[in-house]
Amino acid sequence: MLQLVTFSTLNGVLYGMLLFMMASGLTLIFSMMGVLNFAHASFYMIGAYFGFEISRRIGFWPAFFIAPVLVGLVGALVERFGLRRVHKFGHVAELLFTFGLAFVIEELVQMIWGKLPVDYRVPPSLDFVAFRLFDTTYPAYRMFMLAVAVAMFVFLLLVLKRTRVGLIIQAALTHPGMVAMLGHDVPTVFMSVFGVGAALAGLAGVIAGPALVTQPAMAALLGPILFVVVVVGGLGSLAGAFVASLLIGLIQTFAVAINLSMGDVFGPAVANAFGDLGRVTVAQIAPIIPYLLLVLVLIFKPTGLFGNRES
Amino acid sequence: MKKVFAGAVACLLLCGTALAADPIKIGFVDPLSGGGATTGEGGLKNLQFAVDIINNAGGLLGRKVEIIPLDNKVNPQESLVQAQKAIDQGARYITQGQGSAVALALTDFISKYNERNPGKEVLYFNYAAVDPALTNAKCSFWHFRWDASADIKMAALTNFMKTRPNIKKIYLINQDYSFGQAVRTLARDMLKTKRPDIEIVGDEVHPLQKVTDFSPYIAKIKASGADSVITGDWGQDMALLMKAGAEAGLQVDWYTYYAGGGGGPTAIKQAGLEHRVFDIVEGNANSAVESAQKSEAEFRAKYGIGLWYPRGMNEIAMFAEAVKKAGTADDVKKVASALEGMKITVFDGGEGYMRKDDHQFIQDMYLRSFGPLDKGAKFDEENTGWGWKEIARINSADTIVPTTCKMERPN
Repeated sequence: MLQLVTFSTLNGVLYGMLLFMMASGLTLIFSMMGVLNFAHASFYMIGAYFGFEISRRIGFWPAFFIAPVLVGLVGALVERFGLRRVHKFGHVAELLFTFGLAFVIEELVQMIWGKLPVDYRVPPSLDFVAFRLFDTTYPAYRMFMLAVAVAMFVFLLLVLKRTRVGLIIQAALTHPGMVAMLGHDVPTVFMSVFGVGAALAGLAGVIAGPALVTQPAMAALLGPILFVVVVVGGLGSLAGAFVASLLIGLIQTFAVAINLSMGDVFGPAVANAFGDLGRVTVAQIAPIIPYLLLVLVLIFKPTGLFGNRES
Repeated sequence: MKKVFAGAVACLLLCGTALAADPIKIGFVDPLSGGGATTGEGGLKNLQFAVDIINNAGGLLGRKVEIIPLDNKVNPQESLVQAQKAIDQGARYITQGQGSAVALALTDFISKYNERNPGKEVLYFNYAAVDPALTNAKCSFWHFRWDASADIKMAALTNFMKTRPNIKKIYLINQDYSFGQAVRTLARDMLKTKRPDIEIVGDEVHPLQKVTDFSPYIAKIKASGADSVITGDWGQDMALLMKAGAEAGLQVDWYTYYAGGGGGPTAIKQAGLEHRVFDIVEGNANSAVESAQKSEAEFRAKYGIGLWYPRGMNEIAMFAEAVKKAGTADDVKKVASALEGMKITVFDGGEGYMRKDDHQFIQDMYLRSFGPLDKGAKFDEENTGWGWKEIARINSADTIVPTTCKMERPN
């Protein structure tokens, strides 16, 4: 039991941190620009593919630094030449733009790298066992992912709380109109935030690519969960995104470990009244639990756990 | 001189038209993207390889055979759209294998299509979907299956498990759809009679081809104290399950349907599970007859992967035989009748036949384990230096399970 709890916690925190690397950018973009960026997970996918392409040419470590920068550039370009033009037609147009962009990116990736998963491997320098606990080994690469995610979190926190740029961004989070009134170049702030958000997602892709699977469907698999994180955490709240990411990471991992069904909790009589629903275990419905949470949060606390505004 | 020239021109025209006669089209409806893509792509190459052999020998009745690849994303709904697309392009044959949920939808679709379009019927060749229902409750005259049904395979696996006293606690992990559910039910039922002493410590289903990290499932298997695992997982699910197991250092015996697919062998080697992973197949390259080994070598040289589907070779060979026997590729009813009961020498050696009662191909089966190559064994997997070794051959007569199929034949 202790073993299961320990490893579920480790796996859950890791998954949560990975979610946070993407959700942080998404929530920043959303709160500043009011755009729910449907293509955000696509930047994660581009990051993984760039990471794969660069690492097979000049090695993993250069890829680790170069790929996120490239993805950030792509993101900035998308904002400058795509989103900014669409901006004047309102939020719905922007939403549709990012929605379409996600499909375009997926098709492009398929055209360039094919539909099959690419052979993106853990670098040999990180391919060893980090530690052994209860007779279970834990790969070093996973520890590395965790370390990168934590480092990124600290970095983001410092930038937002300790720098002038962070001050403007924070102000723009809650009072975007006021910031513009004060004479700040809001479009440039938008562009850089969008670029940095994309770069963070790209970084997540570079490190997640070898551990998960680098394939054209990876964006579509992860995208919906990101929205859950952002909504549950509260729109525009980084702390909220952080807590929600960990929460959902842990919920999903622990749900897999729980074999209880309604029948076990309330007795067979109650379970039979629900038919098949009474017999499924928590483990079986693990993938939909986050969405259930999304619905509940929207009903009972539309601002999310930490949010303080509704749009 | 003039005559010769005229003859040559005539031949150019006529012979040309004969060669350019409409090809016989086979619609290939399987995943070519997403989690099932690796195995789908493997199936496509396999069937293409078999078709190339026929085309290189002059085709069928003077016509070439052409495969139309269509991506169904392992989605039953999408499959029907793609099957219709194939039919619209002139295909009178549909072949599919990855996923029994798709197969059940397709067999239903094709039966209805044939009812509504007399004279334009379509045949359905199934090379890998093994839900027993397809040759029992849902059997159809238009459907033919070359892979052994899931119950045949589980019977063979459990017969072997009966002889392994070290199995005490077993864990079942399967994909949450018709085939995965069939595997877990079959495993439970057969173990109950063959090895009632075995304790089933886990019975898990997970989403089909959607999980990207199996570590939580592996942690659970570890915590259950299981010494063996039974799984029907295939495609990306199988590769990632083995990979997560290897990373966590999970030391168990694996009784599988499809450990041989892409990605699995690398993970098995990494985990050091020497001859502790078993699978049940209809052909084993390392112990096959010489002709099969030659094809295997050719296939590997051409595509860089193993010839995973010897049954695909049987499928195309029997299709060609049936077309020749029927004297037509367009009257598929005649082709289907020719296939019924047809006997052939199987690709990997031995005899096989298409059982008339339910259109299930009956063939020898092989139980294999994965480990360092024996001396003289030719084929390793994924450059690991490890390969498959035959541990038991189950004669076709011993693989027969009764069918409840009441076949409705068209008049």
